[in-house]
Amino acid sequence: MLPRSARSSFSGVIAAVLIAVLAVGTVSVPDARAQAKGAAPPYFAIKGARIVTVSGAVIENGTVVVANGLITAVGANATIPPEAWVIDGKGLTVYPGLIDAMSDVGLPAAPAGPAGAPGGGGPAVALQQAAQQAAARPSQGPEDRPGTTPWRNAADELQPTERRVETWRNAGFTTVLAAPKTGIFPGQGAVINLAGERPGDMVVKTPATLHITLQQPGGFFGFPGSLFGVIAYIKQVFLDAAQARAADEIYTANPKGTERPDYDRTTRVLNAALRANRPVLFPATTAAQILRALELNEQLKTNMVIYHAQRAYESGVAAAIAAKKIPVLVSVKWPEKEANADPEAEELLSTLRFRDKAPSTPAALDRAGVRFAFYSDGIANPKDIIKNTKKAIDAGLKADAALRALTLGAAEILGVADRTGSIETGKIANLVVTTGDIFSDRTQVKYVFVDGRKFDVKEPPPPPLPAGGLGAVRMTGRWSFTVIAPDGPQPASADLTQAADGTLSGSVSTQYGNSTITKGSVTGNRFTFTFLLDLGQGPSDIIFSGTIEGNTVKGSVSALGQDFEFTGTKPGSGQSEAEEVRQ
Amino acid sequence: MKTKFATEIPMRKIVHLIVALALIASMFPGPIAAQQGSGVTVIQNGTILTVTKGTIQKGSILIRDGKIAEVGTNVKVPAGATVIDATGMYVTPGLIDCHSHIAIEGSVNEGSIAVSSMVAVADVIDPDNVDIYRELAGGTTASNVLHGSANPIGGLNAVIKHRWGKDAKGLLFEGAPPGIKFALGENPKRSNFTPQPGQQRRYPNTRMGVMDVIRQAFIDAREYKKSWDAYNKRVAAGEKNAIPPRKDLKLEPLVEILEGKRYVHSHGYRGDEMRQLLLLAEEFGFRVRTLQHVLEGYKIAKEMAKHGVGGSTFSDWWSYKNEAYDAIPYNAAIMTKYGVVVSINSDSAEEARHLNQEAAKTMKYGGMTETEALKMVTINPAIQLGIEKHVGSIEVGKDADLVIWNKHPLSIYAVAQTSIIDGTVYFDRKKDMERRAELEKEKKALMDKEKAAAPARQGPPGKAPGAGGAPDERQRPPQVGQAFQPVQSSGEVQ
Repeated sequence: MLPRSARSSFSGVIAAVLIAVLAVGTVSVPDARAQAKGAAPPYFAIKGARIVTVSGAVIENGTVVVANGLITAVGANATIPPEAWVIDGKGLTVYPGLIDAMSDVGLPAAPAGPAGAPGGGGPAVALQQAAQQAAARPSQGPEDRPGTTPWRNAADELQPTERRVETWRNAGFTTVLAAPKTGIFPGQGAVINLAGERPGDMVVKTPATLHITLQQPGGFFGFPGSLFGVIAYIKQVFLDAAQARAADEIYTANPKGTERPDYDRTTRVLNAALRANRPVLFPATTAAQILRALELNEQLKTNMVIYHAQRAYESGVAAAIAAKKIPVLVSVKWPEKEANADPEAEELLSTLRFRDKAPSTPAALDRAGVRFAFYSDGIANPKDIIKNTKKAIDAGLKADAALRALTLGAAEILGVADRTGSIETGKIANLVVTTGDIFSDRTQVKYVFVDGRKFDVKEPPPPPLPAGGLGAVRMTGRWSFTVIAPDGPQPASADLTQAADGTLSGSVSTQYGNSTITKGSVTGNRFTFTFLLDLGQGPSDIIFSGTIEGNTVKGSVSALGQDFEFTGTKPGSGQSEAEEVRQ
Repeated sequence: MKTKFATEIPMRKIVHLIVALALIASMFPGPIAAQQGSGVTVIQNGTILTVTKGTIQKGSILIRDGKIAEVGTNVKVPAGATVIDATGMYVTPGLIDCHSHIAIEGSVNEGSIAVSSMVAVADVIDPDNVDIYRELAGGTTASNVLHGSANPIGGLNAVIKHRWGKDAKGLLFEGAPPGIKFALGENPKRSNFTPQPGQQRRYPNTRMGVMDVIRQAFIDAREYKKSWDAYNKRVAAGEKNAIPPRKDLKLEPLVEILEGKRYVHSHGYRGDEMRQLLLLAEEFGFRVRTLQHVLEGYKIAKEMAKHGVGGSTFSDWWSYKNEAYDAIPYNAAIMTKYGVVVSINSDSAEEARHLNQEAAKTMKYGGMTETEALKMVTINPAIQLGIEKHVGSIEVGKDADLVIWNKHPLSIYAVAQTSIIDGTVYFDRKKDMERRAELEKEKKALMDKEKAAAPARQGPPGKAPGAGGAPDERQRPPQVGQAFQPVQSSGEVQ
């Protein structure tokens, strides 16, 4: 595959010349495409930096040369071409661009809905649609292919303007596996770079992966409505695929006089994925679930990759995974105590152990020789991916193994190590340039290169104060709400993050369950956020909207066509005031 | 909704459950390290209730490689053997529960469809389910883990041994014949089930419909078998272009039933419809292995004996729904007197902790002897599950699945002290008591650790609480609605 910028250089030559003429003096020899985009020139050299190549030794004082989207030279004495824009790397560290090994970054809110709907919440909306479909006509068995759309390809649904493409990139992520999420066979993933004008610009490899979940799209009413139902369904689909393969072979060899096999899109796509030995992503968390997945794969015979896996620290589990040579994507969304948990409530020892030990999973996998990578798993702030990786380091993972898992290790598992994941000549110029060790919370990202395009990152100086009164962050924090429902007040809580542009994200806890905010914003002293919750009649949108005054809010909740009043406070705020006084 | 179909829980059971939970506390005992797994053990000087070979006073049992090697009053202790002193105690075979829903991850019902024979309990065994251990502490060493009763034809069962600490595979009872759950009456016809608005009611809605669903499923299974036979014949004849039929996970187990390779355990209450099922089975040429609950078994005991079906019932538990009103506590005794192999089951993770007491009730109601009563929770369920060659009595050559009781097990005062499976101690009351302190300590340490880390999560990093701060400043202030308890994340991936 050609690098992005090189691929269309001929078609853009004339434009390039024009622009070069117009932009005299700015750059010596402009690249057509990069210039046409108004971005930085195509030739860069980062000189005198610490270069962490990941694939080889660290170069303490070296140079990386980037040309036309590719890394063209790396080394202590790499020759800098005269046309290159030289960046002084003194005091800077260059890493390969980080990879989020599974996410829905770059995918729009409603995959099947009208184009152009910005913002997150895609999976929630899709889930709602699925629930509506299920209600309309419950699936009656495997033949109805419930929650099965393996033909959906993330590459076909990309939205370059999706908000998180930029936020992820600014945190140092150049590449993600974009993956459809809704359904048992939600579709196929694409490895994408986090920059591009058009969806096609972003794609590094597609289809890269085939995804399986253990969702139960039918609830109690449609098949499958249970975990063993989903597992039985998955087995049946793979059996059907094997049958279809056999039938096709026989029929193709001799159509005359042979019964014509039915066309089934599901088995067609599945067989193509199996033929290509594409990684098949399968979820498992506990020891029992992981061992179950390994055993299931003895039947399915796929190139399985287990994801989530946060209890792989349990005795013998990592060794069992290693024995099957199955790679793992570890969710770095470590379990945490509920934001507003009753401090007096008794918790199970197993729950406490899980919270304590989960971050030691990567170390356990590493010791056992399991190949692994990390993924964000719904984390809202990409910085937390790095922070949480640091927790894995604190729990015993070697820092270089952690970095490898975020770069080359992920690329290997996703089948793109031949083109990205490390700083090597010829690989895609995906780089992140920082002021120091990537896992230090004092480190800032200075530049990110995606496909050789340079992005300057303007990071605010290290941790700002969470002062309660500041307008820009006044909704950020943990909130307690009391909803005045007909049958008495009901508590709820939310862990909110207000972005600089006023976007509100986070998670909500209610007595009906927990949810993630799909849409939210703050304008002036008004705010609103929406999340999806099942109040006993299938998932539906719950909308909180109201006004902020200091550390209190009030407003109304809209749910199932009814409105209720609510009030709320930010209990942590008293403390931050005390902190301020001390300053 | 789940429990409604899986188990019938009257209030008194819930009270039991709460009391028992309070006693055992909310701790997770965790597996006790296996004690000399495959070595030699002698249980000495106990009253041995063999169940099939009488009672031996001051007897000993020699266990070698997980099997019972010798039983009697003159058992020599080999050098190096582990000795368990059972002076003043009673030894029985491990109790067997012929109807359980423990250790299932997710729903116990695939309730969306009337025939769900493609789903398998063995696929979703959760070895961390603490019920496995709690039942072990009550002397239960093996369970028939069944799909729920939402469907005329439910899912495939898994017979497990309560080898607490082993993984899911390690719990499965090796050599136990495969089975399947059927269900008749109110649950599958869903007379106690309200569909969602706009939701179509699932077929069947009547007892007639239930029989129709089962009959149709077997007709389909026969056709399925025929299509495979035809294909195999074509292949055997050397035909190259024969396309294999689809392998159907729903119909395969039904073919196995028709071939006598899979046991049917059918939930049922009313005598008439259970009799109908027996006739339907005879029509298709197979035998039903057990009728479960079978509260009106006393009405059809003769027919049951003739068919050869076992009865697995409750001791004294009825009137929790219409079809359970005609039950009597003499049911087990009457079925026994007609020659039916009868077991007393739990259908409940609580009741399975005192199956011995449940069995004892048949002495009061129906005048069963001690041995007859004990049989109902040992050798009889073993026969019903086809595992009687391995377990269910204390005989040389059988698996060393044994329970040591402080009192006669049919006494209300009996408490299981030690539960042994395959010669390995999986529950030891003394050790359990000691371990509780350890676990409490671990728990406290983890909670303290989290508390210590909490300020860092709330404020900006690197800021210690100020010197002038109140000591409890580290803790978060009370929240609005303290009674509100957030749903605990199960740690599962959807």
